[in-house]
Amino acid sequence: MSRYIVRRLLQAIVTLFVLSLLLFAWLRSLPGGPVSALLGERSTPEDRAALEQALGLDQPIFIQYLRFLERAAQGQFGVSTGVLPGRDALEIFLSRFPATIELSFFALTLAILLGIPLGYLAARHRGTFLDTGSVLFSLVGIAVPVFFLAFALKYVFAIQLGVLPPSGRQSVGINATHITGMYVLDGLLTREWDAAWDALRHLILPAVALSSIPFAVILRITRASVLEVLDEDYVRTAQAKGLRAATIRGRHVLRNALIPVVTTIGLQTGALLAGAVLTERVFTFRGVGHALAYGFETRDYAVLQVLIMMAALIYILVNMVVDIAYAAIDPRVRVR
Amino acid sequence: MPNRKLVAVAGALALAVGLSACAESQRTPTTSAPQGTTGATAARSDSGNANADATFIFGAAGAPKLFDPFYASDGETFRVTRQIYEQLLDFLPGEAKTGPGLAESYEGSEDGLTWTFKIREGVTFHDGTDLDAAAVCANFDRWYNQTGAAQSSAVTYYWNNNFGGFADQTDKDSLFESCTADGMTATVKVTRVTSKFPDILAHGAYAIQSPTAHEKYDANNVQAQGSGFTYPAYALEHPTGTGAFTFGGYDDAAGEVTLNRNEDYWGTKAGVAKMVIRTIPDESTRRQELQAGTIHGYDLPNPVDWKALEDGGAKVEIRPAFNILYVGLNATKNEALKDVRVRQALSYAINRDQLVQSQLPEGAEAASQFFPKAVSGYNTSLQPYPHDPEKAKALLAEAGHSDLTLEFWQPTEVTRPYMPDPASIYEAIRSDWEAVGVTINPVAKPWTGGYLDGTEQGEAPAFLLGWTGDYDSADNFIGTFFTKQDNAFATKNYPFAQELTDALVAADSEPDAAKRDQMVSDLNKKIAEEYLPGLPISHSPPAIVVAAGVNGLVTSPLAAEDFSTVTITE
Amino acid sequence: MTDSPRRPMPGTPSHKKARLDALASTAAPSGSSGGSAGGGVATAVSDAGRVASGEGVSLWMSAWRRLRRDWVFLFGAAIVVLFIVLAVVAPLIAPHDPATRVLIDQVNRQTNPVPGPQPGHPLGADYQGRDVLSRLMVGARQTLLVGVLATLGGLLGGMTLGTLAGAFGGWVDSVVMRVVDVLLSIPSLLMAFSIAAMFRSPSQWTVILAIAIVQVPVFARLLRGSMLAQRHSDHVLAARALGVRKGPIVFRHMLPNAMGPVIVQATLVLATAIIDAAALSFLGLGNPDDRSPEWGQMLGNAQPYFDSHPHLAVYPALCIIVVALGFTLVGESLRESLDPKSRR
Repeated sequence: MSRYIVRRLLQAIVTLFVLSLLLFAWLRSLPGGPVSALLGERSTPEDRAALEQALGLDQPIFIQYLRFLERAAQGQFGVSTGVLPGRDALEIFLSRFPATIELSFFALTLAILLGIPLGYLAARHRGTFLDTGSVLFSLVGIAVPVFFLAFALKYVFAIQLGVLPPSGRQSVGINATHITGMYVLDGLLTREWDAAWDALRHLILPAVALSSIPFAVILRITRASVLEVLDEDYVRTAQAKGLRAATIRGRHVLRNALIPVVTTIGLQTGALLAGAVLTERVFTFRGVGHALAYGFETRDYAVLQVLIMMAALIYILVNMVVDIAYAAIDPRVRVR
Repeated sequence: MPNRKLVAVAGALALAVGLSACAESQRTPTTSAPQGTTGATAARSDSGNANADATFIFGAAGAPKLFDPFYASDGETFRVTRQIYEQLLDFLPGEAKTGPGLAESYEGSEDGLTWTFKIREGVTFHDGTDLDAAAVCANFDRWYNQTGAAQSSAVTYYWNNNFGGFADQTDKDSLFESCTADGMTATVKVTRVTSKFPDILAHGAYAIQSPTAHEKYDANNVQAQGSGFTYPAYALEHPTGTGAFTFGGYDDAAGEVTLNRNEDYWGTKAGVAKMVIRTIPDESTRRQELQAGTIHGYDLPNPVDWKALEDGGAKVEIRPAFNILYVGLNATKNEALKDVRVRQALSYAINRDQLVQSQLPEGAEAASQFFPKAVSGYNTSLQPYPHDPEKAKALLAEAGHSDLTLEFWQPTEVTRPYMPDPASIYEAIRSDWEAVGVTINPVAKPWTGGYLDGTEQGEAPAFLLGWTGDYDSADNFIGTFFTKQDNAFATKNYPFAQELTDALVAADSEPDAAKRDQMVSDLNKKIAEEYLPGLPISHSPPAIVVAAGVNGLVTSPLAAEDFSTVTITE
Repeated sequence: MTDSPRRPMPGTPSHKKARLDALASTAAPSGSSGGSAGGGVATAVSDAGRVASGEGVSLWMSAWRRLRRDWVFLFGAAIVVLFIVLAVVAPLIAPHDPATRVLIDQVNRQTNPVPGPQPGHPLGADYQGRDVLSRLMVGARQTLLVGVLATLGGLLGGMTLGTLAGAFGGWVDSVVMRVVDVLLSIPSLLMAFSIAAMFRSPSQWTVILAIAIVQVPVFARLLRGSMLAQRHSDHVLAARALGVRKGPIVFRHMLPNAMGPVIVQATLVLATAIIDAAALSFLGLGNPDDRSPEWGQMLGNAQPYFDSHPHLAVYPALCIIVVALGFTLVGESLRESLDPKSRR
């Protein structure tokens, strides 16, 4: 087992290393650059040349990469030029990450709370209206562009009805203490109920918008998985043995059916991150996705590098944990 | 396929505004949200029991980069620093002309090389340091003595461009010579006469800052690191000026700058106790926040929304246009453009009036020259090129280019105050040109991803670009465009290149303002009629909007508003 | 990235789950980001992959027999057929040229930014005075083009990589799959976003390329999986025993058998591609030239008018939703009908 984990870790490191190299080369091959972003129509070729020299951008790309690695080894991942000039890119990621975590957490929770019961019910009542209806509903959910859904939600609930705030993470004037950077949690920890409620109200719309895809995926996986398990021999055996339906459902069907569902949930992290780019933009929710979009706009190499690498790292880690968990369950997976 | 019923949703908007306004008034307990948006008439009257403890929340399109304006070059940073700092000179309220600021009075010597500034008495910096001539000269010396990374024009853009160099750069021709302090009188010597000086000192970049705080927080410590610059604590956390607001802090996670009223301000104290500037990049979100009552004002409302905003009781203040949108032409890659008749034909082909009416906001005007009316030296006798497709065709035929093919560049991922919707403006001009038989090769480039450097390097035969002026100075417009012969316009391709450069330099170094204006005015006529290195298109006024109940805002054509005059009526 | 079991272990029930996971992990990032047919893909791939290993023509026949009676399929197919017909004939029947600014004289940024419905223009015009109905109709063609070309691009790239890896195994497999893993380690929309941002000059083709490239690793993994599954299957072993060379085995025996899952996946990717194109436009990375309209682009560009003139966004959005749903329904029912397990 430990050998397997070591192997997986090594693979992850290699993957990340290759990715960092590709990313580095790619970002620097982008036309334009930070000077254009900084000075707009005021930039001149002289400014550009001077800046490139000052920052060593005129060096061959592999030398730049080596310098980058050297600094990275010392824990410096570069300084932002656009998102928050002068700040360490990793610091920016860390300050924005809690917002995205909070948003993703709520979106995922919502997706799970709705997706699993609905998926289970759909499978139990296969072929009925409930089944077709919920599957169709989830398919429509997938077919609606996330940003359009976000706009529509905002239009109805923030503009038409005015019951929820249209953007941001907290109202101005809420003087909340922030411990974790996750505002709802902070409000609860400090017992500033007003702040928690305010933060929660800001979270609802973006979380609903972001949950649409994971919800649909979870519903469909749950349904498929429950159907599959219902057909397994041990369930039939249990039924034949005359076990009570509730026992079968709880002990055999649900438990076994949920394993792939849990996997799927783990794998939704990547999707959530990508969806966050769109959702955070629509709701001016200042998380990682927001910083990423702005990073592109300002050609902020350091921030883009760190954000994309961190996204990949998280994604890889989650996948690894899932795989290792599997290997623990099923030794054959370890066979190469 | 489309469902017609859904259009009905659109009609419900007006209702929605009212609804949300009602729902809002009970929502934000902690701040002084404007009370509903219904009492438009009542709010408009300035009589009011202005609430001196109010918080003014303003929605900005972008985040400030840092808080030391000397290291800044973007409008969002200056918007914040203008509230914290003041300059020796200042813009007159609502104008682009300069007047006294921290200098009560100032005058130049006969030869225009020595300037004496009489410093205002009784002014202190936010950290308690007294303002005197020594503090002013400390600022000049600091500017001039920047070293290392700070000399990059990515850091000190304005100094580089206005003053031309630093103390240890012997190869560069610096405008600044020396500053000597004597009590409350500062004497500044410059090396040559230019129309820029001293007017440029009103620009936000030349804010007078506390020398004590500079020392305490290591203000000059700018370092190049990796692919960026690191800034000292002073610029990030401890900006110290003399302005009507003190710096309260910047919360990046919330995207909010907080400013507090300077209770020891030497002039009229700010009308609100606190000002919060929230970064909301998306234009429609800014509008929604205003309509929801969660902000009191925002910059650059989309002209499409002006009417709905006013119907909802908000006040849309239209600033005078202080910009120019032009089509740049560059003959380097298209020989045909070397013929002035071709350039004229392209100008006649453009239906400026239709473009202005259909794509630009109210108050926008077709342009006849490369800077707006508000700038001294504007030639009032010039008219914009009329829309005359026949003449355009005739000129093209005469030049032997009836089959002209032109590569026309379009910027993406950007909007500017002079160019609210680049795609639509591009499409309009492209259609007009095609209508006179020109074949257009469309090329689209991302603004920061190749458009700006491509045009600068002369790769674009025809392109959309513009400029927003820094202050009332013709040189700031046409001098920037045409003095150099090897930039986006590449005037080196034309026989008049040197003539134009010489004329611009001569006008800029003319000490007599009236004479200078006449020179510039004549030059404008020549540029528009004989030279035509580019085609002026339009000037469009950027607007700013405040909610009902917000009074006293004086708009600035330079978007350099001083928010200390703002009051909020409960 | 995930390390799926390198060699499928046939049959055992617990393997099914491991494999579902492996394949889901392959497919999940493909679609689920930014509003695409993610979940469908996950299950589709896993189940369809299994089909490929065997049965051949009779399977397709029985699938068709069942599809004929499946209203979900028929409904989806009706949408798809209608869409394709519209895409073909639209330029002939559209009342106006979609690029001509017919109502430009009515457009005024303040008072009338978007001319409303009027005789001859049942849906009104857009912010440049162009007839919205005509743009929607003609937009079907461009939308179909983007969807089909992006899918084909992804398929071609994926097929090349997947075939290389699956057919040869060994170090080729290792290298290719490592590249695929690296590509898969970035969430797909982020990747599409990044690729689209890379091009010097955005156009319709950069949008298509960006979406296609994102699909390459998905198809690669899918094909490799099904190749691997077949390497030890009877018909391949038989062909090898008969002395058939590697190339012909791959192209004549293995590839055709992998077509089932590929078709299913392609149908689902088509829906994804159309939605992703819209997301790119929304982020300002779409095709800047909107003379030949595309729904995603129309939706993305309608962003500033969403509150004041929502119909500009709602029409193309509805078109996208309906068509994406159509393709997804077809793909899903195809998958189910090809899956021997769901035959009950």
